[in-house]
Amino acid sequence: MATDRPPEAALGRVGRWSLTAVAAAGFVFLFIPIAGIIAFSFNDPAGKFNIVWKGFTLDNWRDPFTPGPLTDAMILSLKVAAISALAATILGSLIALALVRYRFKGGVIVNLLLVLPLTTPEIVMGSSLATLFFDIGVDRSIRTVIIAHVLFCTSFVALTVKARIRGFDWSLEDAAMDLGATPWRTFSRITLPLITPGILAAALLSFALSIDDFIITLFNAGPTDETFPLRIYSASRTELPAQINVLATIVLLVSVAVLILGTLFKRRLDDA
Amino acid sequence: MAADDEGDRTKRRAGFVPYALLSPGMIWLILFFLVPLATLLKTSLSAKPSRFVPDVEFGWEFSNYTDSLSTYSEQFIRSFVYAGAATLLCVAIGYPVAYVIATRGGRFKNVLLGLVVVPFFTSFLIRTLSWQSVLSDNGPAVFLLERLHLMGLLDAAGIAENGRLLATHAAVIGGLTYNFLPFMILPIYVSLEKIDLRLTEAAKDLYSNGWQAFRKVVLPLSLPGVFAGSLLTFIPAAGDFINAAFLGSPNNSMIGSVVQNRFLEQGDTPTAAALSFILMAIITVGTLIYARLLGTEDLV
Repeated sequence: MATDRPPEAALGRVGRWSLTAVAAAGFVFLFIPIAGIIAFSFNDPAGKFNIVWKGFTLDNWRDPFTPGPLTDAMILSLKVAAISALAATILGSLIALALVRYRFKGGVIVNLLLVLPLTTPEIVMGSSLATLFFDIGVDRSIRTVIIAHVLFCTSFVALTVKARIRGFDWSLEDAAMDLGATPWRTFSRITLPLITPGILAAALLSFALSIDDFIITLFNAGPTDETFPLRIYSASRTELPAQINVLATIVLLVSVAVLILGTLFKRRLDDA
Repeated sequence: MAADDEGDRTKRRAGFVPYALLSPGMIWLILFFLVPLATLLKTSLSAKPSRFVPDVEFGWEFSNYTDSLSTYSEQFIRSFVYAGAATLLCVAIGYPVAYVIATRGGRFKNVLLGLVVVPFFTSFLIRTLSWQSVLSDNGPAVFLLERLHLMGLLDAAGIAENGRLLATHAAVIGGLTYNFLPFMILPIYVSLEKIDLRLTEAAKDLYSNGWQAFRKVVLPLSLPGVFAGSLLTFIPAAGDFINAAFLGSPNNSMIGSVVQNRFLEQGDTPTAAALSFILMAIITVGTLIYARLLGTEDLV
């Protein structure tokens, strides 16, 4: 039957074949450097730079969290990301709630102010914030880094949460109140469960954005504050130990595990 | 209507509530996004009396703009050419990937989307450094292409330069394409996913052939995704300097490299500020024109 045919049948055999080929090549492209990172975590580099393949070794994996600047930087990045994600999730979710639930003057301006940071190159955001701190005489430190991270994460959270909660049936709240629930009980039993998945997704996104941010952090960090990306950048000029590859591989494995667990958890929720 | 009820109800109890919810986040955005843009503008019009003292003095120094434009026009043009090429490549690779996931993913849709995102769980810098070693002179890419006797061809095509893949235009554009590809794939996927694909069947029932059905039905409906993806790719690519630093030579430096160098290494904040402002102005104007051309002004 015509309606059962996959829509791309429309493209004809040659079209379909080349479409699949390009898509497959796209997936290969996505994983080339990842394969490189994993492979070079088993390299036995000759000098300080783990760039040329010399031979296989498991030594790099013996103690991946050797105390040192890389591990310190990783811990600092985790802290910054946790604080920034928490703060941005609160600020951004409140904005999203206001935009979806209430009518008020100035909604257009609020939306514009949320989108602008996303259409501003990082280099502009980073350098402008640094000129502000310089202008008012605030020394750059890990605090200014967190201020910057909260800033760009808040926009992402507000827009993500807004998109997720836009279509909800808010009359459930009225129903709860009509049945005698207190406002707090209505919020905790109706509103919160409705908005939690969207907020969690936004929090994870913020965490990922913060932990990987380089350009804005470079402009706003103090001289001794090395987040993980900053450490990699300064290391790239002097030495590139295989530990970087090991840590990157571990981060990758943990993220994939979280992704799989999340998918399984969601499936169980959907089934229940 | 539900919407009207909601409007009435919220009007009743709204008052200061929405503003209370908005203000913490909005104050943050105003203090640390809008105010800095104003100080950036001020700095861009300031003079720097001494190389050794970081202080600047405001004084309507429009020469900062004319000087930096004439000195760095090459880097500006290169940034936009690189970012434009990377964006086109992202559409060329990203559209088919998104299309195949959306139309043929079946039960594996989420797995395939996961595969698109997974590489980006590793750090941006580490991924780019990995490309550096893949493309390096002793690396696997050059080795493989030499064995296949393809290096000469790539040299002729202008992709490789003198038998090298690293430190070329193509390497920087390729790095930009790679690093921003998911920002193209995901919005296109979202817009394709929304399309009722039976529309293509309807088009064919009305005697259009497959290509016409795609061009007249699917493509226009997926343009908002292409639009959003292009902005999310082009804007960060135009301001990036990591790909140029790791995969290019000094001949491939982009405007981000100049801003970074002027600001953080030379301490020449007025020039860096002027360059940042020009970059932002060009991108804002470009975005508006692009929105008008594609007719998708309501991005949000």
